[in-house]
Amino acid sequence: MATVEKAIRPRVKVTMTPIPTPAPNRRPGLLFFFGARPGLLRGARPGLLRGARPGLFVWARPGLLLLTAVLTLQPQPAAQTRHRIISLVPAVTEMLFAMGAGAEVVGVSSYDNFPAEVASRPKVGALVDPDFERILSLRPDLVVVYGSQDDLMSRLTRARIGIFQYRHAGLADITSTLRELGTRVGHRDDANRVAASIEVDLRAIQASVAGRARPRTVLVFGREPGTLRSLFATGGVGFLHDLVELSGAIDVFADVKRESLQVSTEQLLARAPDIVLELRASEGWDAVRLERERAVWRQLASVPAVRTDRIYILADSSLTIPGPRVAQAARAIAAVLHPR
Amino acid sequence: MIASPLRRGAPLVVACGTAMILAVLAAPFVGTTDLSLARVFSTTMPFSDNVDAQIFFLARLPRAVAAALVGGTLAAAGVVFQGLLQNPLATPYTLGVSAGASLGAMIAITFGAAIPVGGVASASLAGALAAVLIVYALANGRQRGMSTTVLLLAGVTLNAFFSALILFVQYLSDFAETYRALRWLMGDLDVAGYASILASLPFIVVSFLAFTWLARPLNLLSLGREAAGGRGLDVTRTQRVAFFSGSLATGAAVAVGGPIGFVGIIVPHLVRLLVGADHRLVLPASTFFGAAFLVACDVVARTALAPLELPVGIITALIGGPFFLWLLLRRR
Repeated sequence: MATVEKAIRPRVKVTMTPIPTPAPNRRPGLLFFFGARPGLLRGARPGLLRGARPGLFVWARPGLLLLTAVLTLQPQPAAQTRHRIISLVPAVTEMLFAMGAGAEVVGVSSYDNFPAEVASRPKVGALVDPDFERILSLRPDLVVVYGSQDDLMSRLTRARIGIFQYRHAGLADITSTLRELGTRVGHRDDANRVAASIEVDLRAIQASVAGRARPRTVLVFGREPGTLRSLFATGGVGFLHDLVELSGAIDVFADVKRESLQVSTEQLLARAPDIVLELRASEGWDAVRLERERAVWRQLASVPAVRTDRIYILADSSLTIPGPRVAQAARAIAAVLHPR
Repeated sequence: MIASPLRRGAPLVVACGTAMILAVLAAPFVGTTDLSLARVFSTTMPFSDNVDAQIFFLARLPRAVAAALVGGTLAAAGVVFQGLLQNPLATPYTLGVSAGASLGAMIAITFGAAIPVGGVASASLAGALAAVLIVYALANGRQRGMSTTVLLLAGVTLNAFFSALILFVQYLSDFAETYRALRWLMGDLDVAGYASILASLPFIVVSFLAFTWLARPLNLLSLGREAAGGRGLDVTRTQRVAFFSGSLATGAAVAVGGPIGFVGIIVPHLVRLLVGADHRLVLPASTFFGAAFLVACDVVARTALAPLELPVGIITALIGGPFFLWLLLRRR
């Protein structure tokens, strides 16, 4: 990989070098050069061309050719605030689009699928396999990375590309990330507006379930289809746990201070949840399949959720992404926990 | 001549058998949830409402039975493979069975939600059988009879090749699936009911019938191919039976509990230290001891960090790794 980097770096340097702005009056060679190739400037500055004296500045041609080459390599000058952003984090990609910075997103992770516009953006890998060469080739000035991508961060720093570190955390961190990101990419007001509206929505959902009985809930986000083996649920940390509690439930594994844990059959029986809520990131299970997967729980007949048939499987990728659609997710979960 | 060590070793086999039965019976009483025994064995309370009885009979007992089944099978298969390959460092996984089983399981975990491949256990069994057939075809191809050297090389190569395929399948999978796949490789005996135990039982019973026949031929084989042949043993047939029954048993065990390591190597060696090298003693004693050992390891796995599950493969490896090294150094 080091060789790849070496091969790429000089090109980056070229784009970084300050290019002297041509000042036509003090540099007649340039005028001559353009004059000799009339197609380029004719019409643009006809008055200046008239004063040029051919023959005197022949020496300048090779140098100017070089300068022209450099000028064509220079990225097209854009408005001062416009960024070129790559996001390796789907949740942050959604945030960027939500705050109106979608047009500045020039690359996304291989797991991105929302909003629909990301389909047109180049995919540059994800957490374990970021494609550094591809990232460089998109000439970003800001790359959103996971806080654990140390190697990628040091390479980006060496290439003098800006970094925004994302850390997966609780529900409150979603809006704080939104605000921080908005300030960073120059969409502060829009980001603040989006964050505030999420907070308003979440408070409204919280208020709507206030005072209602809080069912003891297990939130399952993975297991072997057709069985209750290798079943993973949320522990007492992280945005999914926060979502469940905010939507008016008690997380049965709130005492386990981890984002997730593997749950044994014994624990399922012993914790006796009133509600089983399964989140599946991948859609595409038909009604028959869903019913079959719900039926798998019936073997644990003593679990209250099984006795009252309160087993829900929600198949929607938005539910597992800690992004701007989180209030929507909270509403969906609250609707299951507290049906009208 | 053979009768006297056999008689001397018999009590040890009985002791191992007793240890296995005690372990399976005692394990369901151990756990982090407090159970009331009166409720567990209550005849008045309907089972569907009885949490204590469900924890005992649906969570803990199947786990203990699965651990005994897997532990006993892997230990016996280890004995068979060590006898077949005439190599003390052979394990049930040496000939690529577990890699094939793992590949099957990885495919089922990664693509199972989209394509119904019939569950992780059956996919892993199918993978194991595919690996067995490939290795057999390779070892049997060039000459009449099986070459243990070719068998070993084919197995080791297939292990490496399948491992690469496993990594490739994992690379294609999602975050959550990658984690579940990795977790499967660490071994898990929380079978949540008896279905997977019953499904693997026919394969294991057939294998053990073959093992009982194999005890004497493996004793002869330990004298060397020529000597065994000279004493009237059909060496090729013995090798075939050992290879297929050992592989089938391993595949069935891995389908239930994942590729749990070290049981198949440390238990046979420990048992040989106790009862000597006669396969008529080593095979049953290893089966019983392996069963008791894995039941005990699984109790540790589910209680040590409860409510978190500790992968049982980590426990067996923590005990097995140092033991394996000790064995290696002792042999020098």
